Amino acid sequence: MNFLESFRVSLRSIKSNKLRSFLTMLGIIIGVAAVISMVGIGQGATADVAEQINSLGSNLLIVTPGQAKQGRISLGAGSRDSLTLADADALSQNSSIAGVTPSVTSRAQLVWESNNYSTQLEGTSETFPQVRSTNLQQGRFFNHFEVKTQANVAVIGTEVVTNLFGEGANPIGQTIQVNQIPFEVIGVLESKGSSGMTNNDDRIIVPVTTAMSRFTGGNYVSTIYVSAASADMMDQAKFDAETTLRTQHNLKPAADNDFQINSQSDILSTAQSVSSVMTTLLSGIASISLIVGGIGIMNIMLVSVTERTREIGIRKAIGATRWDILRQFLIESVTLSLLGGAIGIVLGIGAAYLIGKVASMSISISMSPIVYSFLSSMAVGVIFGVYPARKAAQLKPIDALRYE
Amino acid sequence: MNPVIGIKNLKKIYRIGDQEIHALRGVNLDIGKGDFVAIMGPSGSGKSTMMNVIGCLDKPTSGEFFLDDVPIMEAHDDELALIRNQKIGFVFQSFNLLPRTTAVENVELPLLYAGVPAKERRERAIAALESVGLGNRLNNKPNELSGGQQQRVSIARALVNNPVILLADEPTGALDTKTSIEIMQIFQQLNQSGKTIVLVTHEPDIAEYAKRNIHFRDGQVVADEQVKERRWANVEEVKS
Ligand SMILES: Nc1ncnc2c1ncn2[C@@H]1O[C@H](COP(=O)(O)OP(=O)(O)OP(=O)(O)O)[C@@H](O)[C@H]1O
Ligand SMILES: [Mg+2]
Repeated sequence: MNFLESFRVSLRSIKSNKLRSFLTMLGIIIGVAAVISMVGIGQGATADVAEQINSLGSNLLIVTPGQAKQGRISLGAGSRDSLTLADADALSQNSSIAGVTPSVTSRAQLVWESNNYSTQLEGTSETFPQVRSTNLQQGRFFNHFEVKTQANVAVIGTEVVTNLFGEGANPIGQTIQVNQIPFEVIGVLESKGSSGMTNNDDRIIVPVTTAMSRFTGGNYVSTIYVSAASADMMDQAKFDAETTLRTQHNLKPAADNDFQINSQSDILSTAQSVSSVMTTLLSGIASISLIVGGIGIMNIMLVSVTERTREIGIRKAIGATRWDILRQFLIESVTLSLLGGAIGIVLGIGAAYLIGKVASMSISISMSPIVYSFLSSMAVGVIFGVYPARKAAQLKPIDALRYE
Repeated sequence: MNPVIGIKNLKKIYRIGDQEIHALRGVNLDIGKGDFVAIMGPSGSGKSTMMNVIGCLDKPTSGEFFLDDVPIMEAHDDELALIRNQKIGFVFQSFNLLPRTTAVENVELPLLYAGVPAKERRERAIAALESVGLGNRLNNKPNELSGGQQQRVSIARALVNNPVILLADEPTGALDTKTSIEIMQIFQQLNQSGKTIVLVTHEPDIAEYAKRNIHFRDGQVVADEQVKERRWANVEEVKS
């Protein structure tokens, strides 16, 4: 008996008991569907984060206030104000650095006529479009003079336009109230779409000087974005930035930095390592459900062997070898598990897209989890099918025939 | 020429707990090619045990057993499977057909395990069913056939791989007289075309269709004689 014929025999017995076969497969179906959809969502989120980090700008270094220590107690990153506008000016003097833009953020309540809208406010400098790779869709960005003079001008995102002025309206030249202070809208940011948690289109950008004096207060900025002259200059730029800031802050040679410099790739690799831990965790959970599914298959196969003892006896009486019987039952369990795996893959992809739609998350279905699920369901079928199949194969023909 | 079946001092002991049941206590038996043997004897005398041993379904405890010159005592499980497939056709009292499987598929089974290609398998299965008069019931499942028809399917299955010996343990045990005679007619026709046949029966009438009668008692052969006045199964006669 060749493989194809064994397969046909197995398929027939699966078909003759459709409901039971389906229930048997359910464990595998759920396990595989879970892996596929979770990994799809996880990879989608990772891709979002990567895109978000890349969309910050090219060759970017991100300078944040560093870990502060009081005695031996760490207050955590960003807990000490240390970066100033003067630091930003000093950084831009380096030849390895092409552009520098500081940033402060806060929430802001916008009002235009009777419309009210709350959004993220960012104060920055005229170099923002260059350093952060952001273009304007309409109007212009504020200039050096407007930053120097703390002008009340604002550039807004498309979502703010929609919420405040209505979809597609032209807001240029309009005056809006930002926390009750009038600002003139001079530009609209090009839409970048939402990426992950932050929505690039849902914000208002004003000169950093205006933001600091009117909204955030104090003399400190929360972040300084530095773009290196080229990709090759990243290390040099990082070194120069560190030297410059240490000088600016009068740090003694033995003192720790009171700031941190991260590159995009640093952040990216952190994000990716977080997501790989997540993926490992999910795979672990999924493996457990696959094992549970496998136990279900083994259970049903054992029942099936007992039920079909007489059939096994008949087959042996007319010449089936142990291997013929073993193969028949093994193919049956592998067919069950693979069929379950295939259904699970289809359901998982469907579920991932559904969840992506409902929760408006990006979904990324790649080949590897599909191949992985398929192979593991096959392995489950073999591992949990061997014992029942061996049991069937080792029955003595006369005992099997006599079985009531 | 060596006999198809050569058995010397064959013993079969079943052990249930500490209890030993001597089902066969030293059987000597030769069955030549073309013979037609009916085994008789009281219930529990070891007839089925004997048939299962000859059919290589069960292993004897000790003794000598040659089937078509093959030393069965030394054969491994897989060799026995091959022998069952190639040399033996077994007909059971309870038919033992696969349920939910058509007549022709049931008959094809031995050929499936023999590795015969699908097309030839189907042709030979159909020919075997036609030879037992069931050419018009190819696609019926066992539960759609009468007892006599089911037994004919199982005879066709036993014959399809052209075995050297046909074994039947009470093949007419579950059938009425008329149907029994129909089955015996098939056996007689097969025997006349050269097939060696051994069957077990409780009915002396049925035994008279065979050439030779062997009597068992307490796991031993107590009588072995040629049938003096042999009956010939003729279905037409029965009808009138
Ligand atoms: N699997 C078994 N385990 C234990 N004892 C068995 C087994 N099979 C048969 N026997 C015993 O062996 C003896 C012979 O049984 P066997 O079935 O060969 O008798 P038989 O001649 O075929 O009887 P019947 O005419 O009723 O079919 C009996 O005593 C029976 O109880
Ligand atoms: Mg018996």
